[in-house]
This record gives sequence, structure tokens and C-alpha cells, in this order.
Amino acid sequence: MSSIDVGGKTIAVDEEGYLSDRNDWSKDVAVIMAKADDCELTDNHWEVINFLREYYEEYQIAPAVRVLTKAIGKKLGPDKGNSKYLYELFPYGPAKQACKYAGLPKPTGCV
Amino acid sequence: MSDDEMMQEGGTIKKFCYVNRKAPYGTVYALESLEVVLIGAAFEQDVSLIFMDDGIYQLKKNQDTSDSDMKNFSPTYRALEMYDVEKLYVEKESMEARGLTEDDLVVPVEVKTSKEISELMDEQDVVLSF
Repeated sequence: MSSIDVGGKTIAVDEEGYLSDRNDWSKDVAVIMAKADDCELTDNHWEVINFLREYYEEYQIAPAVRVLTKAIGKKLGPDKGNSKYLYELFPYGPAKQACKYAGLPKPTGCV
Repeated sequence: MSDDEMMQEGGTIKKFCYVNRKAPYGTVYALESLEVVLIGAAFEQDVSLIFMDDGIYQLKKNQDTSDSDMKNFSPTYRALEMYDVEKLYVEKESMEARGLTEDDLVVPVEVKTSKEISELMDEQDVVLSF
């Protein structure tokens, strides 16, 4: 099993880098995962990460990218609820990459 | 083949029906069915879900799985609407046999009699039973 080091604590992740146990998540986990991808988290990133965590809490699922885009648009406005904006923030795929930083499993279906 | 290519090729929309007949836990059928529905939603087909027999329990409110090793995935049925899966049917006879009404379920459904359900199945291009 792979792991990441977060402030001296070893946290288990799966082969694609998603947390093995969702309860291990903290903001530091997100920052360290992002750093490994050469990505510095801004408020705009956090907005999406926090949105995903709330979404998972409510529906127990990481949304497909199409659903994420639509839901973000509803909550944060059309200038953010579009693929271009989300891909600029998360170039590896907004659902996939943001879910990873949010400590969620890989989304079901189209990522 | 990528998802995009498949969607472009599939010009015609087919009627897909998922029939859910088993209790939510104890077997993986209910969760597998739900995942297939969520994944299949990307193909933008005409999707209906039928819940009958013990499958009705999949939609029951207030599920508590804390004593089992399984995740309570019943909240996920409430996400179906966002995946544009909006046709959910329950069989009247199965509901009555279990003393359940629509108020006991986590999502809005349409109640159909056994006869209506079989007519609905007849109209489908694809019926997948879980």
C-alpha cells in the first residue's frame, strides 16, 4: 500500500493516490497532495474542494464531472459552473483531481 | 473507445429499464445496479428504474448500517435527479405487502400496479434485472 507523509504522520492512499480512509482527511492532506501535482491551492480551489465534501456528505457519492459542473453552476454561478473554469483549476480533470484533494473516492462513472 | 465517441455514435435513444428486486444489503445487487445506473447516465438514454419485491427496501428512509460492514448508500438515490434519472417506479403490491407508503421512501416515486409494471417493461428496449 502507498502512503503520503503529512506533517510527520503517515497516511495510506490507494494506487491512484486517493485516501484509503476518508477520515484521515485534513486541509494539510489536500495541500500536500496538490503540492505533489505542482498545484498551489487558491480560494477558488478550496471552493470546489469544500463543495465536493459537502456533496459527498449529503449524497454519499463523488459526482461525475457533468453533474459536478452543473451543481457548481447552480451554487456558485455560471462563470464557475463550466468545464473551462474547472479544468483551469484542476487540469487533471476537475472531478478526479478535486475529489482526490477532498479525500473522497474516485468518482463513479465519467470523471 | 472514449465515452465521447460512444455518445456521438449513439444517435438513437433507447428505453432502458433497471429492475431492482433485492434487499439493499446482504448481496451486492442493489449497489451494483445503482452504480450501473449512475455510470450509464452519461449515455443520456431514456432510463426508468423499477423497485419491487424486497427491492422496495432500497429506498426505505432511515437505514442504519452501522452494525454491518456496508456503507449506507440510500442517500445516493437522491442524487439520481441530478444525473437526469427521474423515472422511478415502485410496485403497489410489493409496497402493500411490506406495509410501506410513499412517505416511507427517500425519493419521490410513482406507484404502479403489477399490471402497469409489466406493461412498462413491455415498452422497453432493454431490461436489466438486479
